[in-house]
Amino acid sequence: MSPRVTLAVAGRVLTQVRRDHRTLAMLMVVPCALISLLWWMFEDLPGDLFDRFGPGLLAMFPFIVMFLVTSVTTLRERSSGTLERLLTMPLGRLDLLLGYALAFGLLAAVQSALAVGVSVGLLGLEVSGPVWLLGVVAVADAVLGTALGLLVSAFATTEFQAVQFMPAFVLPQVLLCGLFVPRDAMPGVLEVVSDALPLSYAVDAMQELVGAADAGRVWRDVLVVACFALAALGLGSATLRRRTP
Amino acid sequence: MVKNVVQVRDLVVVRGGREVLPGVSLDVPAGVTGLLGPSGCGKTTLMRCLVGAQRVRSGTVEVLGEPAGSPLLRTRVGYVTQAASVYDDLTVAENLAFFARVLGVGRDAVDEAVAAVGLDDHRHQVVGRLSGGQRSRASLAVALLGTPDLLVLDEPTVGLDPVLRRDLWALFHRIADGGAAVLVSSHVMDEAERCHRLLLMRGGRIIADGSPAEIRDRTGAADVEQAFLRLVEGREEAA
Repeated sequence: MSPRVTLAVAGRVLTQVRRDHRTLAMLMVVPCALISLLWWMFEDLPGDLFDRFGPGLLAMFPFIVMFLVTSVTTLRERSSGTLERLLTMPLGRLDLLLGYALAFGLLAAVQSALAVGVSVGLLGLEVSGPVWLLGVVAVADAVLGTALGLLVSAFATTEFQAVQFMPAFVLPQVLLCGLFVPRDAMPGVLEVVSDALPLSYAVDAMQELVGAADAGRVWRDVLVVACFALAALGLGSATLRRRTP
Repeated sequence: MVKNVVQVRDLVVVRGGREVLPGVSLDVPAGVTGLLGPSGCGKTTLMRCLVGAQRVRSGTVEVLGEPAGSPLLRTRVGYVTQAASVYDDLTVAENLAFFARVLGVGRDAVDEAVAAVGLDDHRHQVVGRLSGGQRSRASLAVALLGTPDLLVLDEPTVGLDPVLRRDLWALFHRIADGGAAVLVSSHVMDEAERCHRLLLMRGGRIIADGSPAEIRDRTGAADVEQAFLRLVEGREEAA
């Protein structure tokens, strides 16, 4: 593994995204538009429903978007032959994975800064904890999405399949993350499943920041998300083989 | 005697339950060697073995005195896959700059590689908007970065116009004159005469090995295509 190669990969991925203006615009604008839509939906209802659902949504954007973007990009890398070529070069498998994680982590940081800015600045989301910590959670989330995307792309042979992994891998996590039904109010089995899914911790961290804002608990959740991301990166690296059948 | 750049012994490769290479042995010396044979005869699999991308059942593959795929070889072997393995959404220069950073070679290597494949006028164009021939030349340029000692080229001239094919073969010879070994595969027999040495392949086996003239003389054929056909028919009669 070498920083030179890791940075080369990250730089290349960012150049590719920069070239694709439409994707870049959607990455930045869509989360802001959706969070505004959520705020508008709750406008006429009593209570602070936006404060309850907003943080969860902020946790989901980076995760879902980076999962999709990564699984499609790496699938393209596998099918175009560039991955095979790279693996015959002095490139460590971790260089590739960390390069991707770095590039998409940066994108997610910008994306989240915009979404958080809109939520807190324009829509009046009340955040009790430090706002920058929202950014840390979002980046951890994005890296998790990237790591899982890299992992599942190994099991997809077409882009159609890669996109289908989104409902298969991501939607169950969205349903069970505690946004719709508090996790401790779910049937016991589902609560256990929810405890084993990474997005639950990401959403917990965001909600904690908006609510009680116990920094210790936020960092604990971030750590859990980071561990999931590392495990997925490790498994993903096992799917990158220099020699293939 | 010139030391062989590549030495393959009793190589067996099984893909999808089928023996694609049923125990092949061959050598590749310096110079331009053509690996010729019909589609599906195992050329690509053999080339993937040389660059260490193919899982091997048994046998040995040595490149520049090292086992194929060993870390020491990763900067010394250039490989071009059949499809152009470059990023369509980057320019020629950006593609090369990226691979140059991975290989740890300088920016001047990028300029040399672009010039060698004649893409100077297109270096700031996005690869996806280039013609098929230009894309495959961009892919070839990546393999030239860092002047490797062995170039493995999987059908680099297929589908190119005659002028371009002539220019590329001239390039392969210039590279070989610089001391490198160039292994070029093709299923078009009329490219045979441009090689110093030929390996004719069929059904995962090498059926002839020698200079174009040697192979023609041995079979009494007028050209390599006819020689190939005679060798195949001879085998079928013997079988």
